[in-house]
Amino acid sequence: LRKNVEDFTGPRERSDLGFVTFDITADILNGKNGLQTFWKKNTLIIFDWNVKQLFLYLSAEYSTKNNALNQVVLWDKIMLRGDNPRLSLKDMKSKYFFFDDGNGLKGNRNITLTLSWNVVPNAGILPLVTGSGHVSVPFPDTYETTKSY
Amino acid sequence: PGAAMDLFGDLRRMNKRQLYYQVLNFAMIVSSALMIWKGLIVVTGSESPIVVVLSGSMEPAFHRGDLLFLTNFHDDPIRAGEIVVFKVEGRDIPIVHRVIKVHEKGNGNIKFLTKGDNNEVDDRGLYKEGQNWLEKKDVVGRARGFLPYVGMVTIIMNDYPKFKYALLAVMGAYVLLKRES
Repeated sequence: LRKNVEDFTGPRERSDLGFVTFDITADILNGKNGLQTFWKKNTLIIFDWNVKQLFLYLSAEYSTKNNALNQVVLWDKIMLRGDNPRLSLKDMKSKYFFFDDGNGLKGNRNITLTLSWNVVPNAGILPLVTGSGHVSVPFPDTYETTKSY
Repeated sequence: PGAAMDLFGDLRRMNKRQLYYQVLNFAMIVSSALMIWKGLIVVTGSESPIVVVLSGSMEPAFHRGDLLFLTNFHDDPIRAGEIVVFKVEGRDIPIVHRVIKVHEKGNGNIKFLTKGDNNEVDDRGLYKEGQNWLEKKDVVGRARGFLPYVGMVTIIMNDYPKFKYALLAVMGAYVLLKRES
């Protein structure tokens, strides 16, 4: 579902605005879905004593005529140590507006959605890890003009 | 008072040579510290490799007073999710926030948008008038590591200058009066 709307949060030109709904199922503690940690190779534990929180985010990555690489964060969540490490979100709407820099979403067949996270330690190095599952989403060739979001 | 009189007595008894020696010692310590700092700037590629978090806009990850270690390698691409420290053109205060949008052209030209984890809206309100994106040149560095609380000393020294002078006076007195036996 995509509309062409005036991007009121940024430059005043008409840019493509994409609407995406998504489901996320992730089992971060147990490393299912290939979500691994690189702290310890054999144990699949991300939340160890030195992890204060995980900053999770879902980003859409794609290419357009205007820009070789675009990344837009659609949704994020802070997961503190002690929170339920299983994510099971269905039919989520993106938290942030998915505006393109220009009109590159129309007919774009290959938008890749990836879940990544930033490990915030109690003290030490701040790694960025990308989950190994990702989904490709195509956008339609036409614009929607109805107000149905 | 007895100890203070002893101290002044010591000072007067110190001859010129000893004084020069102490001053040189002190100068060496300062030079070494500066060299280490410059070395860090070169190795990390960042003009300010260690910064103190000044606001709560990245809580609960970072709090006011935390220390961040940065790198700014030229070849490191800027990607969504990274924590960058940047300066708005014309302002001196570095801001620590996360990259939420990236648009990169084939020729390497990047423009990106940032937002503090704890803020409701993105940083466009913080940028210069009319500025909608940040560029590589605005970046001081990328946060690679962090230590909690340690930077509080800098904040206290900034907010209470008397504390800073007192600290410097104590340090100066210690170095000048310390004797190698």
